[in-house]
Amino acid sequence: MKTLLARPWIWAWVAAALAFALTAAISQNQGAWGLAVAALTFSAFSVIVGLGQMFVITLGPGNVDLSIPATMTLAGTVSLKVMDGGAGAEVTGLAIALAIGAGVGLTNYLLILLIRIPPIIATLAASFLYQSLAIWSNRGLRVKPPESLAEFAVGRSLGLPNLALLALVLSVLAWVALNRAAYGRQISAIGQNPRAARLSGLPVEAVRLATYMLCAVLAGLCGFLLSCFSGGAALNMGQEYLLASIAVVVIGGSSIGGGRSNVPGIWAGALFLFLIVSMLNSYGLGAGVRLLMTGLIIIAIVAVGSRGPRGT
Amino acid sequence: MTRTEPGQPLVTLDGARKSFGAIRALDAVTLTIDRGECLALVGHNGAGKSTLVNLINGALAPSGGTVSYGLPDGQVVTGGGGMRAAGIRAVHQELSLCPNLTVLENLRIPQRDLTGRGWRALAAARIGQALDRIFPGHGIHPRAVVGDLTLAERQMVEIAIGFAEGAIAPRLVILDEPTSSLDASIARQLLTHIRAFCAAGGAVIFISHMMGEVFDVASRIVVMKDGRITGDRPTVEFTRETLVAAMGHVAPGAASARAAPQDSATILTTPEGLTARKGEIVGLAGLAGHGQAAALARFYLGRTSDWRQSDPPAAVFVAGDRARDGLMPLWSIRLNTSLARLPGLVRRGLVDRRAEAELAETWKARIGIRSDDLTNPILSLSGGNQQKVLFARALATAAPVVVMDDPMRGVDVGTKTQVYAMIRTEAEAGRTFLWYSTETDEILLCDRVFVFRNGTIVAELTGDGITEAAILAHSFDQRETA
Repeated sequence: MKTLLARPWIWAWVAAALAFALTAAISQNQGAWGLAVAALTFSAFSVIVGLGQMFVITLGPGNVDLSIPATMTLAGTVSLKVMDGGAGAEVTGLAIALAIGAGVGLTNYLLILLIRIPPIIATLAASFLYQSLAIWSNRGLRVKPPESLAEFAVGRSLGLPNLALLALVLSVLAWVALNRAAYGRQISAIGQNPRAARLSGLPVEAVRLATYMLCAVLAGLCGFLLSCFSGGAALNMGQEYLLASIAVVVIGGSSIGGGRSNVPGIWAGALFLFLIVSMLNSYGLGAGVRLLMTGLIIIAIVAVGSRGPRGT
Repeated sequence: MTRTEPGQPLVTLDGARKSFGAIRALDAVTLTIDRGECLALVGHNGAGKSTLVNLINGALAPSGGTVSYGLPDGQVVTGGGGMRAAGIRAVHQELSLCPNLTVLENLRIPQRDLTGRGWRALAAARIGQALDRIFPGHGIHPRAVVGDLTLAERQMVEIAIGFAEGAIAPRLVILDEPTSSLDASIARQLLTHIRAFCAAGGAVIFISHMMGEVFDVASRIVVMKDGRITGDRPTVEFTRETLVAAMGHVAPGAASARAAPQDSATILTTPEGLTARKGEIVGLAGLAGHGQAAALARFYLGRTSDWRQSDPPAAVFVAGDRARDGLMPLWSIRLNTSLARLPGLVRRGLVDRRAEAELAETWKARIGIRSDDLTNPILSLSGGNQQKVLFARALATAAPVVVMDDPMRGVDVGTKTQVYAMIRTEAEAGRTFLWYSTETDEILLCDRVFVFRNGTIVAELTGDGITEAAILAHSFDQRETA
């Protein structure tokens, strides 16, 4: 068995723990527990989109979904509009958000397959389409989410935020899919050598389609949850998840070149991203310095992580 | 540094050892190579041939003992630095050209003196001359991008780089499996050149699993086994039988008598005109790069789908170009072995890892993969053992048709014999094999042979009609030579 130190995600967890300790040490107004709850709540969103992005990145060089922010916005605005704040439409709203995700994933894949443009361009270009649809359907309205969903999104069970528990359940499912199911083998094989994967009989295109759809469905779910959490959808609500979805994957020790990914690192990456901002905040640094430091620290983590033992 | 007369050896190994962790790859090897010698290095996969070569060409430093080089001016240097100055060149078994660069740009990589204005013209001249001298009529342009060349052409370029003139002329050229993707006529050109090079005072270390070539070209044969030299004698003192015995394997008997072509149903035909019956071994022959590999790829891709994986698959593929078409470099031996069998290993949506481990162990034993632990990375294996894993991957499925794209490159004689027997058994059990090979010995094992020339089938041979002469005759355009 590999030792704990050889795990690719270990450095991300060390960094997250360090950021937590440094922040908790100087924040007087909220205790360590309050900080932990906030971190878990906000990380839940990055984890959900990060899991989808992880599957896409595993497919190998060039595979990335840049339409996540637009998908979140579209799913959030349309589902809230359909539910219109009323009770009884929660399931319909969720179904619509997931269906939008599935539609987006299918569209992304078809663009990549039929027009043969690289995924990075296809998903970026398509995201303008999704964003425009969101603007068109929203028209500046700010619809409140149904009371029940708003309560669920900010509520806790067993002392932990509901959203964090939901993200945890999704993470366990993703871990099983990645490490124990045939699907995980397939995406890893395609990520290492798509030609050899095809020559070994893998249904390469079916796996790609499933992966892009899975990623977009998770983005749709995340958009739905985020708009319920923050009391309504906004057109820029997905913005920060463009970088975050990729950063949590890479910080977590998954290979940016594809083929080798891990789920625990997604959590570490998400917690670290939130905590580093809190830490710089509590040390009273201005917005400019904060952004600069965040960037530098991410680069440092990635540099250390990619040189560390990778269980060759 | 010491001064000796010019008749000194080119390379002297004195008690050279090399260990990788607990594994002793090379154990106290003492060897000298003189000018004018063509030394053949033979032994099974993992016997230490590549390690020995890497010590000589300076890619590895010995863990003990010394490696010293005789320079053209009579000096003797010890250590890796002397290799370049002594004019030692190595042509590797795994093709190592940069596919995105042109032929002449690839020459620039070892030849550091190619700088300044007009270096491209000089490089083109050097590589062009070398190609013309070794492979007359090669048709390779120095400005061609390597990625556009066929496997055989790439190997020719790599060999030509080894023999090309440079700031320091080549004095010892190490050829590791140089003919593995060359067809018979090109291989013959190379052997002719090696003889001329040695006659002019150069030396060659020739590593090959092909006995015919070894006896044809070598002046001296060094046999390796388990990291030691177990035999070192002039070629005339060996026969095929004694050489194979020295390598530690029973001599393979004459090719097992072919079963009479069965009257079973024809189960496949392709647009090119390939046909095969159930249980038949069908060979694709002809000069390398004349459309055999493309025909196999078209057939395989047509039989399988991008969208659905059936269990068992309609066909499986054994890659010859391992890195490009076969290996999953991040994975263990076990995961590489089970890949094509995956649909059959899934229980309630999850991979049954115990069944997978059993499958891998079964095939390790059946095909003799040399590894203590199948969870080791696939890249820890030698080339021949990697190839065995790819065989196991394909044969572990129940596919009725096995497509083989020149899969014996870099595989030792013992393993080959073993795999030939396995293919024969599987064919008798009803599997059909489509086998493209650049080695005539393998084509002679087939029940039916299609000879390719310029992308089309020019002849179909069966039974006693399958002879080396017939294959060669059909491989060349008769009108051209007439």
